[in-house]
Amino acid sequence: MSVLKNKNRLYIQHTIKNYSVNIDRKYCIFMREGVQMGYILKEEAFSELIGRLLDSYRIFAPVRKKGAGRFTDVDAVIYDFVKSGDEIELSAKSDYAPKEFLTPLSETLFYFTEEEVKEADLDTKPVLVFARSCDIHSLKRLDQIYLNNGREKDPFYQRRRDLISCVLIGCSHSYDNCFCVSMDSNRCEDGYVFSVDAYGDEIRSDVRDQSFDEFFKGIIGAVKADVVPRFVTENEVKVDIPDKIPMSVIKSDFWDEYTTRCIGCGRCNFVCPTCTCFSMQDAYYTDNGRAGERRRVAASCMVDGYTDVAGGGSYRKKNGERMRFKVLHKISDFKKRFGYQMCVGCGRCDDVCPEYISFTNIIKKTGEACREAES
Amino acid sequence: MNGNNPYLPFSSTILDVIKHTAKEYTFRMAYTGEVRPGQFFEVSMPKYGEAPISVSGIGDGFVDLTIRKVGRVTNEVFEKYKGQSLFLRGPYGNGFDVDLYRDCEVVVVAGGTGVSPVRGVISALSAMPDARDKYVIAGFKSPEDMLFKDDLAEWDKKLNLCLTVDGAPEGYTGKVGLVTKYIEGLPLRDPSAAKAVVVGPPPMMKFTIIELQKKGFADSNITVSHERKMCCGLGKCGHCRVNDTYICLDGPVFNYAEARNFVD
Repeated sequence: MSVLKNKNRLYIQHTIKNYSVNIDRKYCIFMREGVQMGYILKEEAFSELIGRLLDSYRIFAPVRKKGAGRFTDVDAVIYDFVKSGDEIELSAKSDYAPKEFLTPLSETLFYFTEEEVKEADLDTKPVLVFARSCDIHSLKRLDQIYLNNGREKDPFYQRRRDLISCVLIGCSHSYDNCFCVSMDSNRCEDGYVFSVDAYGDEIRSDVRDQSFDEFFKGIIGAVKADVVPRFVTENEVKVDIPDKIPMSVIKSDFWDEYTTRCIGCGRCNFVCPTCTCFSMQDAYYTDNGRAGERRRVAASCMVDGYTDVAGGGSYRKKNGERMRFKVLHKISDFKKRFGYQMCVGCGRCDDVCPEYISFTNIIKKTGEACREAES
Repeated sequence: MNGNNPYLPFSSTILDVIKHTAKEYTFRMAYTGEVRPGQFFEVSMPKYGEAPISVSGIGDGFVDLTIRKVGRVTNEVFEKYKGQSLFLRGPYGNGFDVDLYRDCEVVVVAGGTGVSPVRGVISALSAMPDARDKYVIAGFKSPEDMLFKDDLAEWDKKLNLCLTVDGAPEGYTGKVGLVTKYIEGLPLRDPSAAKAVVVGPPPMMKFTIIELQKKGFADSNITVSHERKMCCGLGKCGHCRVNDTYICLDGPVFNYAEARNFVD
C-alpha cells in the first residue's frame, strides 16, 4: 500500500494482484491531470458493495416494477428502497423523480390529541439516493423553495435533506424527450459521493467522497481504475428559451389550445423533479375528531382546487391558463426570482402526458411568439 | 425540531365572539406580539385543516379574526365558543403601513369580508387629525350582510363614510349600488395626489381600480390586498404564487404599480 498526495487530496492506494503496477502508473498519470480515482466492479462486486452500504445506509434507487406501467405489459421505473444491488435499474430513465424521498406524495407532519400537537418521527438512518445528473441538479431547486424562499427553512424538508447523499447514475446516452444539455444540467461536477456506470456486466465508479473508499476497499472483483462518469453531451431534443417573455405573449390566445387538449390531470407536476407544491390535509381517527394527524400531500397547479379560496372563488379556471402558469414558472418566473432556470430538462412531463402534450414544444412555440412580438 | 418549527401551531383562547350576521362572526383570540392590519394567521382545526384568516382588529393581548361560515374549515370553527381554543400560527404577510396615509386625501374601497383586513386601517384613519380628508366606501351584498355595524356608526362620525349595498328589500333607506358607483362623485381636491386602498373580491377590485384611474388616481398611489389559497404562509406550498411573487411573503398588500403586472 502506498500513499500519494496531490493538490490537497490524499489518496490511499491499494495494490491488487498483478494489476497493481499498470493501474497504479495510470492512476499517477491521471492524478497529475486532475482526474478522480475510482473502481471497476464486476457484477458480484457491485452486489457486495451495495450489501456493505446497506449496513450504514438505506438505498433509494430506481427499480423496475414489472407490468406496473401505464399500458399493458409496460413496466414502470419508480423510486423505492432496495435490499440488493440487482434491484437497482441503471439502464432506464425513471418515470418518477427521486424527490419522492424528500417530498413524499403524502407525509405526516403532526399528530393531534386533544390540546397537544406532536411532530411525526422520522427514520434517521442516512439515505443514499441513486440519481442522474438532471435529478441531482433538481435538488438545488427543491432547496431553493424549501430552505431559501422566505425567512423560514422548512424543518420537515431539512431533516430529510440532511439524511441524503447522492450516488450519480451516469448516462450512456440521451433518453426519449431528454433536453438536459439545453438546460445545462447534463453534467455534474460535484454533488455526489460516487458514481455508477454500467458497462455490460461491469459497473464503474468514480469515488468522489473519499470516506466512501472504505466501502470499495477489499471487495473481490473491485479493481482500482481511473473512472470518469458518462454524461450526455447532445440531446435529440433541444430548446432555446427566450430571455424575455413580453406581456403580449403571456396574455396571448395561443395558450387556449391547452384548454381543449389538457385534461388537468397533473401528472406532469407529480413526475417533475422540480415541482414542490403541497396542500395540507387533516385526517382524524375518531368520530369526535379529537385525535388525528396533519399531513402534507403533493399538489398540482394543473388540477382543480389548487387556487380555491373560502367562499368559492378560484383563479385560472381554464387549463390553458394553468398550462401558461406552469410553463412560465419553469422557464421564466422562477428565474426572475432566483436567477436561474427551474426546469432541468429531464423530459418526464413529456414522457407521462396522456394527451401527448409536449412541454418542449410549448417552449418552442413561446419562443416563436416572442420573436413575432418583437418584429 | 421542536420550538422553532414554523408549522407548529399554538393554542389560543377564544376571548369573545361577536356575531355580525348569521354567517360572519369575529373571534377575539388571545395573542401577544407584533401584528399589523392586513397580516393574516393560519387558523387550524385539527379535524379539518388550516385556512388563512386576515386580522380584523388588534388590541392589548388579542387579535380579532373575522371568519365567514364558508368552506369546511370555517364551518368547524363556528362550533367553537368563548373559553374554548383554536390553534393558530402567524402572523404572516406584510400588512398595511398606515403611516402612508397621513396628511393626504385617502379613499378606502372595501367590499364584503374585504372590510376585515382594512378595518385596522380605517380605525387609524378615523383617529387622524385630518380625518375629514379620509373617505371610506364600504359595500355589502345586502343590509343583512353588513359587518362591524358598531364600527361603521363610529367611523361615520369621524370620517366620510359611504355605506352601500348591492341590493336591498323595499323600504331600505340607505345607499344602494356597487361601490364603483360612488367613486366618480368623491369631492377630492387633488385626485392625482390622493391615495387609495382597495380590498375585496377580484371583480370588485378590478372595476374599482378602473374607476379610480378614471378619477385621476396614479397607479402607484393605489394599494391593494390580494386573497389567495395558502397552505403554509411561509413561501413553500406554492398555492399563492402569481408570476414571480409569493402573495404570502411579498404581500398580501401590494402597491398597484406592481400588482397591475400580476397575471393569474
